[in-house]
Amino acid sequence: MPRLLALIYKEFLILLKDWRSRLVVIAPPLIQLFIFSYAATYDLTRIPYAVFDQDRSALSHEVLAHFRGSKQFVEVAYLSHDRDIAALIDRRRVLLVLHLGPDFEERIKHGQPAKLQVILDGRNSNTARIALRYVQAIIGQFNQNIGAQRAAPLVQTRAWFNENLQSRWFIVPGLTALLTLVVAMVTCALTVAREREQGTFDQLLVTPLTPLEILIGKTVPSFIIGLAEGTLILVAAVTWFGIPFRGSLGLFYFALALYLLSAIGVGLMISSIARTQQQGLFGAFMFLVPAVILSGFATPIENMPEPIQYLTRLNPMRYFLTLARQSFLADSSFAQLWPELWPMALIGAVTLTLAAWLFRHRLY
Amino acid sequence: MRLITGLLLPDEGKIEVFGLNPARDPLSVQRLLGYMPQRFGLYEDLTVQENLELYAELRSLSPAERPARFRELLAMAGLTPFTSRLVGHLSGGMKQKLGLACALLGHPKLLLLDEPTVGVDPLSRRQLWQIIHRQVQAQGLTVFVSTAYLDEAERCAQVLLLHQGRLIGQGAPADLMARMRGRSFQVKVPSEASKRALARQLADRPDIADAVVLGNTLRLVTQAPASPALPPGLVPEPTPPRLEDYFIATIRQMAAFRPYIPLDLGRKRNAVPEAVIEVQNLKRKFGDFYAVHDVSFSVNRGEVFGLLGANGAGKTTTFRMLCGLLPVSGGKAYVAGVDLRRAPAKARARIGYMAQRFSLYGELSVAENLRFFASTYGLRGPMLRDALHWAFSSFNLEPFRNLAAKDLPLGYKQRLALACSLLHQPEILFLDEPTAGVDPLARREFWHHINSLAEQGVTVLVSTHFLQEAEFCDRLLLLQAGQVLACGAPEAIRRLAASPDNPAPTLEEAFIRLLETTP
Repeated sequence: MPRLLALIYKEFLILLKDWRSRLVVIAPPLIQLFIFSYAATYDLTRIPYAVFDQDRSALSHEVLAHFRGSKQFVEVAYLSHDRDIAALIDRRRVLLVLHLGPDFEERIKHGQPAKLQVILDGRNSNTARIALRYVQAIIGQFNQNIGAQRAAPLVQTRAWFNENLQSRWFIVPGLTALLTLVVAMVTCALTVAREREQGTFDQLLVTPLTPLEILIGKTVPSFIIGLAEGTLILVAAVTWFGIPFRGSLGLFYFALALYLLSAIGVGLMISSIARTQQQGLFGAFMFLVPAVILSGFATPIENMPEPIQYLTRLNPMRYFLTLARQSFLADSSFAQLWPELWPMALIGAVTLTLAAWLFRHRLY
Repeated sequence: MRLITGLLLPDEGKIEVFGLNPARDPLSVQRLLGYMPQRFGLYEDLTVQENLELYAELRSLSPAERPARFRELLAMAGLTPFTSRLVGHLSGGMKQKLGLACALLGHPKLLLLDEPTVGVDPLSRRQLWQIIHRQVQAQGLTVFVSTAYLDEAERCAQVLLLHQGRLIGQGAPADLMARMRGRSFQVKVPSEASKRALARQLADRPDIADAVVLGNTLRLVTQAPASPALPPGLVPEPTPPRLEDYFIATIRQMAAFRPYIPLDLGRKRNAVPEAVIEVQNLKRKFGDFYAVHDVSFSVNRGEVFGLLGANGAGKTTTFRMLCGLLPVSGGKAYVAGVDLRRAPAKARARIGYMAQRFSLYGELSVAENLRFFASTYGLRGPMLRDALHWAFSSFNLEPFRNLAAKDLPLGYKQRLALACSLLHQPEILFLDEPTAGVDPLARREFWHHINSLAEQGVTVLVSTHFLQEAEFCDRLLLLQAGQVLACGAPEAIRRLAASPDNPAPTLEEAFIRLLETTP
């Protein structure tokens, strides 16, 4: 045991003594936390649009006034010719063009449905879809105002958990999953490779430390750093970004521990195979990129093709991501979280066993 | 060397290469020379041919010229059969020969070689020197070599001896050696037991410049051309001087005389000779290939035992098996009385290991390194404190206590590495090419340490390429193709290779002859 402690102490010293590795552990997660939280949002503001109003009537002005009064839209051009539309959209001057036909007012007055054409830049389909939703909301309001509906059913939506549907509330809890994974994996993937590269590995192997002890000594620092990282993001989320944490802290940390073990298992596997730190880092990113994409961090798993959905079940981040979001926004019970917990435990057990096996067989 | 190439700028003074100043006009100078740094920049993931082509491109050798030049250089380096092999799969000696071929590609007028034979076995080393000599004779090439091995320097026309950045000697090796005439002696030591103590006593005497143990004899260099007065029973016999004698004697005259303080491991010497390493029919398989096949030998307590062999002879494999870095495929191996196959961790607790490359944690301080290794060997409390105190004082490391290990001067790095491997008072010390690339003076100090350890009953197993290092050993094991070629004291091995035309071969000659005469 004292030998093991000495090894763990040494690993920490090495990790924190070198300013480069210290930087890797501390700076990128903080930077990413702020970049993701502030920059990554699904909410659109200040959508640039142009108007092509052929009617120029009182009613068409009223519709447009709704857009001009909205915070989400900024009018950048008023067109008098339909040939100008294409150029504006091509050059990304506007995201959409509102086109009102010459008989707009007339049709409404005669009780007929009037048409409003929305021409969208569909190159980023996601943005286009969100912008269209905003347009529909505004038109809906306009319709209500003029009483044009023939008693259309009024839909009242009410979002639970993320009451204002702010995307930051959705993204920041996900960062606990993303950033702890990155830090734990990278530190772990580099640890054995660093010793191989610097020739210290043999010196370590001729000590009476057993391979298992070395393996544990290499795991514990990544684990502790991962826990610290998770805590840091948790605190920042609650205090800085004002996101509620409604779930159970104990359960969250229990899940984080399982998650870290599975991440460390993968990291150690990479580390056992890699000969140089460069290979280790490359291997870590080979895992990280698909893991993030297939986790549901940015795009919902439900939207993925079915075979890929099966593949995501191998991804520990998928489970912890779901769990983290639930822990922040909803107070889910152990039973509700169980479907996320046991796969992580299983993945952790498998990857750690494999890592131990690889480690033993790649010693020589 | 780097100053000559213009890679490094002088603070003061002037260098002229073919009338050009490398500091001002490095490109013109570099066009005229071939440079082979200590680690030549060969690309390990490319084949021999691809490396040649790359360097031909860099040297702007015309495509028409290439095939003939490649053929010539490959034949010269003996690499023709291996053109499509990846450089990463070549042996150390082959890599150096390829590096030399690449450096010669652009028909240089001056060839700079920086320690070209470090990590190269004696056979390849001899071939390298043959290539160099041929280039000098046939092409009129000027070759500028740096080396820490003075037997290599003896092959040059002119030598410059540098010590601590200062020039301490210059001239033809024969002239320098002539100045040492009548000052080199060989002494047969009657009893095994006292030779190391005797060497130490003599080395501390003011009239003796150098005293080293070579097998069962002592080699002495006196400060003046006169036979030294020796204790009764010892007869000094004159022996031809070496360039190294001149180097050591000159430094001893310059530097303040500092007697060597023997390392005290704090352990009584065990008088009973007993085998501490016993190997019987040792085997190691890699796939279908036996890297080590039926090797048997034993090493006694307090013996300095050398493991020799060309690259791929199974030397490193045997060495790594014995220090527990590689599992044994077959046969018996007992280290310090422990069966390596049964209890490797227990065996590892009784051995110390010092790798060829500096293999401590560079970012950690001297104290942190020592403390870490002491702890991994289970030292705690007062024992830990004593061990650290011993290491700091015995190796004079106190002034560097908090310095990062990577910033230590080279000699101190080696001391620290030795200290780390001795903290737990091992019974056996494993050394992997311990003094490769180290200057003769530091090498002496290191062997003084090794000798005083052996005196205290520590068994030392040395794996080496360098036969100068092998000469310091009590007994040697020569391996070839995974099998034992010869085993015995250096004299015995020399005698084994004696022939009518070379009745007294050097160890290197003996080694090469044994390799060549055995099928």
